[in-house]
This record gives sequence, structure tokens and C-alpha cells, in this order.
Amino acid sequence: MADAKVIPFDDDRSRGGGGGSTPRSSRRRGASNRRAGGEPPAVGEVQPLPGVAPVRDDDPVTHEDERPGKQAGDDASGGLEQRIASGLAFLRRRLTGDYEVDDFGYDEELTDQVLMSLLRPLYEKYFRVEVKGIENIPAEGGALIVANHSGTVPMDGLMMQVAVHDEHPAGRHLRLLAADLVFVLPVVNELARKLGHTLACAEDASRLLEQGELVGVMPEGFKGIGKPFSDRYKLQRFGRGGFVSTALRARTPIVPCSIVGAEEIYPMIGNAKTLARLLGLPYFPLTPTFPWLGPLGAVPLPTKWTIQFGEPIPTDGYPPEAAEDPMLMFNLTDQVREQIQHTLYKLLVQRRSVFF
Amino acid sequence: MLVTGVARQLGGRFVRRIQRDPEVDRVVAVDAVPPEHHLGGADFVQADIRQPTIARVLAESGADTVVHLDVTGTPLGSGSRAALKETNVIGTMQLLGACQKSPHVKRLVVKSSTNVYGSAPRDPAVFTETTPPKSLPSGGFAKDTVEVEGYVRGFARRRPDVAVCVLRFANILGPTADSPLASYFSLPVLPTVLGYDPRLQFVHEDDVIEVLRIGSHEPRRGTLNSGTFNIAGDGVLLLSQCSRRLGRPTVPLLLPAVTWANTVMRTLGMTDFSPEQIRLLTHGRVVATDQMRDVLGFTPKYTTAETFADFVRSRGPGLLPPEALAAAVDRIAALPLPGSSHPPKQSAN
Repeated sequence: MADAKVIPFDDDRSRGGGGGSTPRSSRRRGASNRRAGGEPPAVGEVQPLPGVAPVRDDDPVTHEDERPGKQAGDDASGGLEQRIASGLAFLRRRLTGDYEVDDFGYDEELTDQVLMSLLRPLYEKYFRVEVKGIENIPAEGGALIVANHSGTVPMDGLMMQVAVHDEHPAGRHLRLLAADLVFVLPVVNELARKLGHTLACAEDASRLLEQGELVGVMPEGFKGIGKPFSDRYKLQRFGRGGFVSTALRARTPIVPCSIVGAEEIYPMIGNAKTLARLLGLPYFPLTPTFPWLGPLGAVPLPTKWTIQFGEPIPTDGYPPEAAEDPMLMFNLTDQVREQIQHTLYKLLVQRRSVFF
Repeated sequence: MLVTGVARQLGGRFVRRIQRDPEVDRVVAVDAVPPEHHLGGADFVQADIRQPTIARVLAESGADTVVHLDVTGTPLGSGSRAALKETNVIGTMQLLGACQKSPHVKRLVVKSSTNVYGSAPRDPAVFTETTPPKSLPSGGFAKDTVEVEGYVRGFARRRPDVAVCVLRFANILGPTADSPLASYFSLPVLPTVLGYDPRLQFVHEDDVIEVLRIGSHEPRRGTLNSGTFNIAGDGVLLLSQCSRRLGRPTVPLLLPAVTWANTVMRTLGMTDFSPEQIRLLTHGRVVATDQMRDVLGFTPKYTTAETFADFVRSRGPGLLPPEALAAAVDRIAALPLPGSSHPPKQSAN
């Protein structure tokens, strides 16, 4: 969104380099602003598109239970029959191994039919994700979506994946780049590969971009996701800017993405460093409820999320050797980072409350 | 032409095939043990490549092309792992030493394996020929191949006039293949590692013979057959897919249990499963084959899935044949609709 850059108090805040309290105060200010000024501008509000609608109509049935055919009692009998038939066809393909995965292990059928429908209730009902600026994602060809990372558990990546698939008119699939820890853990690595995620390294990213895929990356990594609650919505260092040179080499646009709401799902008030080291994890979160309440404490808070895709930054105007220019790389990294940070502040101003 | 490792199925097939090519006048087939299969009209010389006699054999044959196929992961007959390693590494050193002294040798083809990349969660999803492995294989056949390739690179440096072609084959499968993975897939029940579903890539033995032929002849116009190439069929199969297509149920085990079960089975002599095989079946491995297509000019006839289908046909049905499962699902689909419910899916992935 172009107007993300022109909100005046955003500017003093980013200059002032304010502490952890700034986003909070901005939110209060925003709230009062809003009350005075009426409705927040519903910029780039996404409408469910005709191509996507039928898929989304299905999900109340599909996600209740993994078996699409089993219980559709309230449907018309024709629909039920069809559903059972397609469910059985799906079951048959799965049982006989008659489906395809790509080189990265991405199982499109399983993702669309099962895994996405498991995530969708979280996306629609629990976090009530609102998506803005989906038109900034190209309908075809490669693009690199760069987002902020937060929330102790990488829920934001998964929600971004559902957002792109469900809201985009072309129903595009987002291929996320994940930390190596994901591929070390049993079960997690299997699911991640089947969801189309791959290791965050330049080789995999450029291979996917060259195939014309939509690649999602969260360059803050563990610094972003494992930061204390007091640092919320303060972007951490963007890795070493490798994502910029990868995009430059593949000549694909960079789409900045700001996710609001994920920071509050697990407010991390402490970090049990010794325990983390023992378990081989980068951090061990202590939240007001976890681990004190056991598994119950691991339930995320039902915050209201907003995901905004910003205007794409083209990279095809640069000469091929630009990927080797560290100065340009740092500048572009900063540009992307600034744009995400500004949009974050803007969205925080517009937000009525954390939960609604 | 001199071919090593002919006592194995693959070597024997290659020797029989290559003699039909008009460019080939004479084939000298070498192995430490006499082959059980016939070698066409090739001259068999029983020589151990670990011994310096190989130099005399090479000098007497006056071969201009050496095809080194005696780099393998499974011992022939009752050989031990130590003897196998010696054949792989010391044998290669002796053979390369012999090649270095021979003025006639113009071309060297070495059978290697994609095992050189190892298999680790921190590796990129797809290996190219230039990807440095994050964790070098710690032992077994994988380490042998790394060492063999090291000696071959040294030889290529010392004899720049010899065209050296290193072919890194993915898992070789086919009706007669005797690779460790083939024996794994012949188990009635496949032990797998719980929580991991590795990506596997196969290459058909017919394609292996074809690509060895390309490597051992003059390069065709517009192609180059010296260098290092990954050889694999298109596409990827997950281990879960393989087991379902094969109709053999899997038993997911925790990683320590897999290692333990492996030790037991090795003691019983049922399989000879090395730790790097377990790593492969944990993390999987996929290689890029762009070099093979663009530079070597070779397009495999079989994709990974077709290779596997051919392998399945040669093995016969398992405990849970996919046809039976499909028929069961069809029967449920044919049931009258009211009150119909099909059994819950065991696993969705």
C-alpha cells in the first residue's frame, strides 16, 4: 500500500527508535483516532473471489473431519453422493500411492484436501485473519514474499500460506522457507515437506523462484519469532540479506508482507535458556500460561490477525551483476524492512483491540 | 576396452551390450571371481584389482577405455564389508595407478553414487554436482565413494589428456538389480523411521547401461562426456508411496529402535543395512539432473516412478497389494448409499 509510508507519527516513531512501549502507545493513539475519525479506511479489503468461493464453501464439512465423504448429512443427497465419490476416489489414490510429489516433497493433493482444511478453521474462526493487498501478489511467475516473524511458534507462516491460497484469485501456493530445526524434528519435517516448505537456503530458494513459484521467507528467523513480548512489532535484523540477492538473481519481485496479531498469541515473558540448551532448541518460551498450565497453557490466545501484502519491489531493473553488490543489497534489505515496519505501525494504529 | 566388476549383474549386462557397438573391437572383462553369467564374446581375465597385476592386465590389453564398475555397496557372495571397502578404495587406487602408467588409455568412466552427498536435514532439498555436502558421510559405502572420487580427481589432474567421466547414480533399481535398496524393498514388512518420509530417486538399470555406453564412447556432437554427472530418473517418490505401490506395509519405528533392529537383522544375516542407508531412509536425497540432460545429452527412458513400477512387477505382490486395496475401496463405493460409511482412513499422508 502506497499510503503506508505517509502516516506522520509513524515517521517520528521510527526515527525516535522508541522502546517496547511505542507500539502500545500507538495503538492507544490509533484507537482514539479511530473513535474520533470514524471507520478505519478499509484499504485493499479483499473480497472472496468467485474462483475461490466454491472451495471455501466446502470446508465446514471437510475440516470437521479428515474424511470429506463421511458426514455431509445436512447436504443435498446429490451433493452427498458426489462428496462420497470424490472422498473415496481420494482414499483410493492415497492407499495405492497413486499421487505425485515434486522434488521438494510437496504433496499438492494432500495439502489442498487435508492439511489446508485442518488449518482453515484456525485461519477463519480462531484468528479471523483479515487479508489486505492480495492483488500485490502476481498472478503468475515467481515472487519472493518477505514477512515479519513472530509468535514463538511459527503459526504466522502457516496462516500466510492459507491466506495466499484462499484469497488469491489464482489460488496460488506459497512455498515457505523454513529453519533447519524444522527438518530435524520428526513428524514436523514430514508435514513441512508435504506442505511444500523447504530449507531456507539460497539453493532451494532460487530453484523454486526459477520454477516460477511463490516463495515466502521470514528473514528475521529465530531472532524474530523468539523475541520477548516487550519487543513486539519491532523488526529484528533481516538476516544477512541473502533473500535480496536471491531475488535479484532470479529477477523476481519482492513483496513485503506485514502480519499483525501473531505477536500476541504466545506472549513470551521469559526464556528458559538452560532448558533450551538441553533440548537443543534456540529458545524455550515461558508465557503467562506455559508451561505452568501444561498442555492447556499451549493453547494460543485468540487474537485477531491482519495480513497485509505491500506493493512489490521490482528487481528486474537491476543489471545481472547487482546481486554481487553488497551496498545495493543492504539498501534493498533496508527498504523492504522499512516498508514492513511502516505497514506494521499503520496496521497497529488501525487495530481496535488485540482480540477483536 | 577394459571393464572391471563384471561378476555382478550390472557389469555382465554392460559387457554384453557394449560388444554390439561397432566402435568396440575387444572387451577385456576383469573381476576377482569368475562370473556366473556369460559375458558374450568378451575375454575374461580373473584378476584382483587390489593387486598390482591389474597394471599388467591393462598393459597387455592395450585398452584405450577403462570402465570402472567395481565400486559397489553390497559384497558379492559372502565377502565382508572390510574386503568390499578394500576393493572400492584400494582397487580404485591400483587401477588408477595402472591407468596413469598406460600410454594407451584415453578415456576413463567411473561408477559412483549420489551417496557422496550424504543425507542430512541441513542440506538443500536438491543437490547439484557442485553442492558441497553439509556433513560428509562418516563411513560405509558413502565414504568409499567420496574417497574414490577424490582419487579420480587426482588422476584427472595428473593425466589431463584422459577424458574422465564420473557418473553419480541414484539408487539403481530394476528386475535384476542387487542394490541394498532393492533388498530393503524385498522385505515383507518395511521398517521405517517414525516421523520421517524420505524423498527417494531411482534410476533404471537399462538407463544405467545406456549412460555407461555414452560415457565410454566418443561424445556425440554438441555434448561433452567428461566431468561429473548426476544420473537419476525424473521425479521423486516418497518412501510411503513406495511402500503403498509395492503393497508392503510399513512399521514406523523410533530412530534408536531402527538402529537396534538393523543390528539384529544384520546378525541374523537377513539384510546388510549400513548406517548411511538408514540416513537415506530418514532424510532422503534428491539430485538435479540438468547436467546429465544438457551436457551429457542423455535423457533417461524411465522416470523414478516407472523404474519403481518395473521393479514392483519383478517382485510380485506384497501383503497388501494396491489392487486389492483399490478393489476394496471400489466395493465400498458400490454399496447402496443410505447408511453407507466407509472405514476411516488409516493415514492421510
